[in-house]
Amino acid sequence: MKALLGAAALFAAALLGRPTGVNDAAITAEGWPAHLSDYGFFTDLKARTPAQRLMAYDLETPLFSDYAGKERYIYLPDGTRAKYDPDKPLDLPVGAALIKTFGYPVNGVFKPLETRVLLHRAGGWVPIPYVWNAEGTDADLKRAGTRVPVRFTDPSGETHSISYAVPNQNQCKDCHGLAGQVTPIGIKARYLNHGGQLEKLLAAGMLDRLPADAPKVARWDDTAAPIDARARAWLEINCAHCHNPEGAASNSGLFLDLARTDPEQRGLFKRPTAAGRGAGTRDFDIVPGDPQASILLYRMESTDPGIAMPELGRATVHKEGVALVRAWIESMPKTPEKR
Amino acid sequence: MLRFCALAVLLAATTPAMAKDITVEAGPNAQERLQSALLDAKPGDTVRIGVGRFELTDGLSLDVNGVTVRGAGALRTVLSFKGQLGAGEGLLVTSDDVVLRDFAVEDSKGDGIKSKGANRIVYKNVRVEWTGGPKASNGAYGVYPVESEDVLIDGVTVKGASDAGIYVGQSNRIIVRNSTAMYNVAGIEIENSGLAEVTNNLATHNTGGILVFDLPALPRRGKGWVTVSGNRVLDNDTPNFAPPGNTVATVPTGTGVLVMAENDVDVRDNELSGNGTANIMVVAYRQPFEDKGYDPYPRNIRLAGNKHGRAGFAPAMPGGKELAAALGGTLPPVFWDGTGGDQVRLTGNDGPVLTLGLALGAGIETAKPQLIKLADEIPPPWQTFKLPAAMEAAAR
Repeated sequence: MKALLGAAALFAAALLGRPTGVNDAAITAEGWPAHLSDYGFFTDLKARTPAQRLMAYDLETPLFSDYAGKERYIYLPDGTRAKYDPDKPLDLPVGAALIKTFGYPVNGVFKPLETRVLLHRAGGWVPIPYVWNAEGTDADLKRAGTRVPVRFTDPSGETHSISYAVPNQNQCKDCHGLAGQVTPIGIKARYLNHGGQLEKLLAAGMLDRLPADAPKVARWDDTAAPIDARARAWLEINCAHCHNPEGAASNSGLFLDLARTDPEQRGLFKRPTAAGRGAGTRDFDIVPGDPQASILLYRMESTDPGIAMPELGRATVHKEGVALVRAWIESMPKTPEKR
Repeated sequence: MLRFCALAVLLAATTPAMAKDITVEAGPNAQERLQSALLDAKPGDTVRIGVGRFELTDGLSLDVNGVTVRGAGALRTVLSFKGQLGAGEGLLVTSDDVVLRDFAVEDSKGDGIKSKGANRIVYKNVRVEWTGGPKASNGAYGVYPVESEDVLIDGVTVKGASDAGIYVGQSNRIIVRNSTAMYNVAGIEIENSGLAEVTNNLATHNTGGILVFDLPALPRRGKGWVTVSGNRVLDNDTPNFAPPGNTVATVPTGTGVLVMAENDVDVRDNELSGNGTANIMVVAYRQPFEDKGYDPYPRNIRLAGNKHGRAGFAPAMPGGKELAAALGGTLPPVFWDGTGGDQVRLTGNDGPVLTLGLALGAGIETAKPQLIKLADEIPPPWQTFKLPAAMEAAAR
């Protein structure tokens, strides 16, 4: 009866005009809404003006996605708050959503290509990909993913023409899967803790607490920060969603989360497990002091699907990330007796 | 009427409600249509893939429990990944109780079919092939179940894998039978696993035919109890074409069955011939390792009733030629590095056995070659297992 009343209330809210503008039922009900507009996340979809209770955020060190720009929002239903966690992602209530739009600038204006939503339903988090129409007026459901030809210029001025991959729903789970459950990745305190973002969430009543000692990752391109912290932050956000004991690459034994201490698990003089030709002619994931002998770098520098890491969402090389990891491996003291 | 209703309720409870077929035919836009079917399938459903070639641009994946993916035959339904642009494998399965049967995966850029954490998976009459012959640029594994409980591979064919054709890793209760592995670096490989039967297969023209490994620094260690029986392991003569960084890159060309560091392995009643290095090799793990608690020695290995044809005529391991010359031109069919000595407990009635008496980590130049006869002791009780009946039924 209670559920029925709840459903009726939602329906009434839908009829009467939703106070926040967001269609909460679209988030929580089973199924796959056909259009991004069905959720009401944006009051003006073409301009992507966020509705109430959508809070924009970015990550201090983000996942590289073929140099795409990203607009990220966290949505929390009225009267709910995120729960702070020092290590794991912020704990968001059922009904919450994460909305991430990928695109490239066209004549200096951000043109959206796809929007991925991560919806917290009663049964867990559900990822759904949407692809924008040519007019930029709405995005359409694309559960099976697709490819879009894209031309863009990277920060160094190099022009790329790539086949941009929008992931299918299972591929979303490849990265977001943790011990078999779909889980947000980026909304960890340490990635959000900059530019007053967490303070803003707290002030808006959308976060339950914010300790003074909340952790913070290094910004990968902050040359003032120690290279070890920058490189490990880059590796965590780009690799550790799979390369952790409960992720898609658990069988590899290579674990790139920041908290990891075991040198071999972190790749130092670790032999490949099931890399196949991804290992190239190299023997170890990381050879301290010798990036050219390190499998990690070989796979970062490749765009061949049988070699490239990450396996998904990368058709170009992140030159700046490669330079960082190269310099980091170079900075490690050589231990030749190990070889 | 009441009785009829009760029957209907009973039926609904025992069979998946409205199990259906989702049919996908060859034609344009195969990627989206096939992937959509794999997403739309519900437990109990069958995704039927029609006759013809399906040109795919990305990896396919299945994450719904209890789905059967069924083609019209391993020669008639071909999923071609020649134009693959992304993903590390052709088909990825991450759900339980899945049956894959009667189709082929060709020319995937990475692995052919990978199933991870996919319990009770059945691969039946599936073919995975790299059509350009053995090349280092071919994908690593053909059929690749990993971190799974209960795996049945039956009537599968894999050709051209640059690592292992049929590779089962970090899994338990495994049957690989009636399958063919040819022109791969490793034909069939059981790695860091427990309770496996490799039986009635043909492993031919690989670099190494059948490998049973336990390696350090992997999240799961092998529990052993591996039976390799009734296989034909013939003419494994393809020069090793694995990229050098891989463990299998060290497998000498002309290896029949290779047991490395695994415990409780029974190699019996196989037909082995034409393997230029050795028909059977038993060795310790020879690389330095830091994995505390890892045991580099093979233990309790039984070699019995095997039919040995020609072997040891082109030994490809380091120092092999010199050894053969010293022993009159060829090596005996069974080779043991001797590392670990008596604690290895190598028994059976195969032989003669060449042992090198190598200390762990010592180079081949320290070898003390010797021909020995195995002690044919009564083996300790063997751990056996059965796969769930539903898996056997699905493979019929």
